[in-house]
Amino acid sequence: MRRRTIAGYGAAGAGAIALTLFVGWWRVDGPGAPEPIEQRPMALTEMDFRLTDHEGNEVGPETLIGRPTMAFFGFTYCPDVCPTTLSDISGWLDDLGDEAKQLNVVFITVDPERDTVEAMAEYVSYFHPAIRGWTGPEGQIARIADGFRAAYERVPTEGGDYTMNHTASVFLFGAAGRFVTMIDYHEPREFAVPKIRRALEEETEGAT
Amino acid sequence: MKKIIMTGTLAALLTFGGLSVPALAGPVDVVVESAWSRASIGMNRPGAAYMTIRNTGDEPVTLIGLSTPLAMMPEIHETKTNAEGVSSMSAAGEIAIAPGESVALEPGGLHAMLMRLQQPMTEGETFPLTLLFVDGGEVTVEVPILGIAARGPED
Repeated sequence: MRRRTIAGYGAAGAGAIALTLFVGWWRVDGPGAPEPIEQRPMALTEMDFRLTDHEGNEVGPETLIGRPTMAFFGFTYCPDVCPTTLSDISGWLDDLGDEAKQLNVVFITVDPERDTVEAMAEYVSYFHPAIRGWTGPEGQIARIADGFRAAYERVPTEGGDYTMNHTASVFLFGAAGRFVTMIDYHEPREFAVPKIRRALEEETEGAT
Repeated sequence: MKKIIMTGTLAALLTFGGLSVPALAGPVDVVVESAWSRASIGMNRPGAAYMTIRNTGDEPVTLIGLSTPLAMMPEIHETKTNAEGVSSMSAAGEIAIAPGESVALEPGGLHAMLMRLQQPMTEGETFPLTLLFVDGGEVTVEVPILGIAARGPED
């Protein structure tokens, strides 16, 4: 009886390994492989998009130029990564204290169908007050994502719902709009805050 | 109703006190520690819950599913972030836990995805979540609901 159970586990394990390998191949080398994103994000000054912030104001790249910027992509129906990123950012901003006031902090939805201005307004209200929520027509979201070299994709789920795969990194730009660096998802806070300070220091370099 | 709330509060107190919620039902030797979840905005968005599941027995255990009155479709999901920094989420399938080992459900990795909420998840409340194992065993824990911006069980 016990041997059978173990054999069962073995078979299930082998099946799981085979499936994992297949899924890995499909995503990395196979037809499911994403387009390589090797290019650096463009400077904000080279981007062209029109979006709306969570207070209904029209915004574009020029909204960000003049102050250093921290920006990231997500969607409010995201149960795991997005609230975690927003909480992390809120924590970094708390650590920066008064310095955080010099920063633009922008959460850009990749799911404008569900993330209306009102949905973004409610969502960002639960996090650090510096965080702005941007949404807009699908075509404009595609343009800003392209400028950032960020990827996103709508994925159907059971029962007719859908979720979004998206770039989870946090992008940092200097005050002059030049891309500085990015903070990868799950990077420890002790690396994140110095990176933000680098973007803040770019301000003086950009101004001269 | 009052009784349910009191049980929830007790479970929440135990959890916050750093004690594990004991496995109350089933033959499974499993202890669930540090369970927590985030409050939801309404009922349209899926919720997520996190915890550490420890196999304290001598036999492997295999987690095959979840059930809760809070959500019609609770499932273990896994978030993965690829080399390009793109995050995606999919059902994790069965999760085997070897004797003495534990599995962490934590932000950015495995999580209990609570789809089709039947009521909003309100900060300060708790909800029962039952873990279903392959041998028919079940373990039910009361999961405290923290703020939307919570980062971990201590928030």
